[in-house]
Amino acid sequence: MFETLTLSALPPEDEAIRPALRALIAEAIAELPVHRRARSWVGFDASFSRKLGQAGYLGLSIPQSYGGADRSPFTRFVVVEELLSAGAPVAAHWIADRQSGPLIRHFGTEEQRQFYLPRICKGEALFCIGMSEPGSGSDLASVRTRAEPQEDGGWLLNGQKIWTTNATHSDYMIALVRTSGTSADRQQGLSQLIVDLKLPGITIRPIVDLTGDAHFAEVFFDNVRLAPDALIGAEGQGWKQVTAELAFERSGPERIYSSVVLIDAWVRHLEAVGRKDSATMRLVGSLTAQLAVLREMSLAVTARLVAGESPVVEASLMKDLGTGFEQSVPQLIGDDLAAHPDEPVDAELYRTLLYVTHVAPSFSLRGGTREILRGIIARGLGLR
Amino acid sequence: MDMQELIDPFARLIEDLCTPAAVRAVEAGGDASAMWDGFVESGFLDALVAEDAGGAGLSLADAAPLIALLGRHAVPLPVGDTMIARALLAAAGVEAPAGPIVIATGAGAVPFGAVASHILSGTPDAPILTEAKVQATGVHHDVDAYATGLDGKALRPIAAVLRAMLISGAAGRVMEMTVSYANERSQFGKPIGKQQAVQQQLSVLAEQAVAARIAAAIGARSGLAPRLPDAAVAKHGTSLAAAQIAAIAHAVHGAIGISEEYDLQLLTRRLHGWRLADGSEGYWAGVLGELRMAQPGKPTADFLRAA
Ligand SMILES: Cc1cc2nc3c(=O)[nH]c(=O)nc-3n(C[C@H](O)[C@H](O)[C@H](O)COP(=O)(O)OP(=O)(O)OC[C@H]3O[C@@H](n4cnc5c(N)ncnc54)[C@H](O)[C@@H]3O)c2cc1C
Repeated sequence: MFETLTLSALPPEDEAIRPALRALIAEAIAELPVHRRARSWVGFDASFSRKLGQAGYLGLSIPQSYGGADRSPFTRFVVVEELLSAGAPVAAHWIADRQSGPLIRHFGTEEQRQFYLPRICKGEALFCIGMSEPGSGSDLASVRTRAEPQEDGGWLLNGQKIWTTNATHSDYMIALVRTSGTSADRQQGLSQLIVDLKLPGITIRPIVDLTGDAHFAEVFFDNVRLAPDALIGAEGQGWKQVTAELAFERSGPERIYSSVVLIDAWVRHLEAVGRKDSATMRLVGSLTAQLAVLREMSLAVTARLVAGESPVVEASLMKDLGTGFEQSVPQLIGDDLAAHPDEPVDAELYRTLLYVTHVAPSFSLRGGTREILRGIIARGLGLR
Repeated sequence: MDMQELIDPFARLIEDLCTPAAVRAVEAGGDASAMWDGFVESGFLDALVAEDAGGAGLSLADAAPLIALLGRHAVPLPVGDTMIARALLAAAGVEAPAGPIVIATGAGAVPFGAVASHILSGTPDAPILTEAKVQATGVHHDVDAYATGLDGKALRPIAAVLRAMLISGAAGRVMEMTVSYANERSQFGKPIGKQQAVQQQLSVLAEQAVAARIAAAIGARSGLAPRLPDAAVAKHGTSLAAAQIAAIAHAVHGAIGISEEYDLQLLTRRLHGWRLADGSEGYWAGVLGELRMAQPGKPTADFLRAA
């Protein structure tokens, strides 16, 4: 079972992009304190994202004819690894680059590709994902937001999305909505629509989280009129498209690196205080060893994407294991530091520790909860 | 060479020689010579010996599927240990004995020590071969045994990688057995595998089994003289997985899993033994931690790429 996941080396041409990319990243994070860098993929900096786009680091798998780099998921692995391990602020382009771009490329019309993709590749069109609703979290097929087909071929949109990451900063939302039938029809009758967030009838209210950040929001649609070309892919095929999209969302190296800025800050602390006892060495080694295996697993999943597969089960397996590790990091480092009460801990490290500690529950919620992912794995095992 | 041409006959050989009944007989102290002779005659013991020294010249990574099969079938003899020992001895120009060789790397129980004719210690470049003089562990049906007075610490990395490869083979089998048991065993009118609580456990088991396989592959990638970080990552990851996999497999099997006549215990006892042999996860975490801290200022991701 899962025998297709094997050690896979990054091609040399992808490794080769690291130095230039590093220089760009170093400039962007130079002024950022560690606790800001620990925010990484919720850190928002539109000008940095545009710089990445100009330098050709976005839309890596998109063909050159649409402004992309025509490279492989391995290239994206390298770029994401560099960005996240440095704690660069990637939120502005994150969703467009990871999901919306590939989605539009696969399912969009030629006009839609021409219209959106070049700007996504430049880091100029920012996207968010409207899947969750107040009544539809894990049970995504129960969404109620509705788009009624209009006589001119357009759509009339009503309803509400919630937890929409970056809605306040985004140009567009790709929303999963009901275009026919009722909630009882479940996966049938759902479609994906690209919603221009500047249209009349849309209200966006930021939601503040327990760390004081407002990375997600509620989005209300009140008789929003959409043109016919808002539909992406086929009417009624929304569920199938979303499933393909989630394989992209779940498989990247972002599922192992959310706590790495904290690990590095802690290791620097150990170096500074000169702590070298065996318990400390074991903890450093244990976290490093686990990450080494997770990184190879993540690369193995990336290799399946390169091979043109949609590794839904493998990505779920990887994400569940990876986020479990990410969540263990603040717990273990917290215990380590507080087990040495006479050792001074820099306030910046403490802020970073508490930030990661507080936000860690989200690692196994965003992109599908632990229980839902394990259900997908169980189906892959032939149990359901 | 197409590895499948080696894997299939080796799998058939093991299935013939090492039926669960034959494994139990050896564990109970029965005569293992027929089983061992089967491996000798197959020629597979020289799989890792260089071609110019009369072997098949496989790399450790090539041989990984073969070694995993040994774990998968709970082969009760040191076939993998002997493969590695024969390769090291051949490279050092020492003639290997015909019998089973084990690798002693510390003061703890030596895997398969009770069924060995010889023990390898020393270093990879200067291996020392001694006749096996061992003391039983007293653990029920144990094929491991103590060997004292030998220094084989320098062989610990390669022995750890071997143990990692065996764990990964056994882990895959335990996963398959447990999933199929969950589909067969019915309670409350339906297979227990339909219960979400059971499914979630099995998903964790599967994650750990895949992680163990990848960890073992990391160990095998640098050959018979494994790089220390590779050996550390491999044995740490597989040892961590071994305990968790054994625990979940037994939980899902219920009482029958711990009965002697059911095959699961043949594998889970081995998982525990291999986890503890040649350094547990804690030992190798310490080794890797030292390596990591010896490179001050290096970010984790850079260390991993170089490691
Ligand atoms: C930081 C963050 C960013 C997010 N960004 C976005 C975004 O950009 N766009 C978007 O659409 N959504 C987003 N989400 C929402 C996310 O997708 C949902 O939180 C997630 O799908 C779970 O839904 P819920 O929060 O309503 O929890 P619920 O579905 O209510 O689940 C609560 C608990 O019940 C469990 N549960 C539910 N059903 C089952 C079941 N069948 N079996 C076993 N257990 C079950 C869950 O596993 C969980 O433990 C984001 C969430 C977070 C935390």
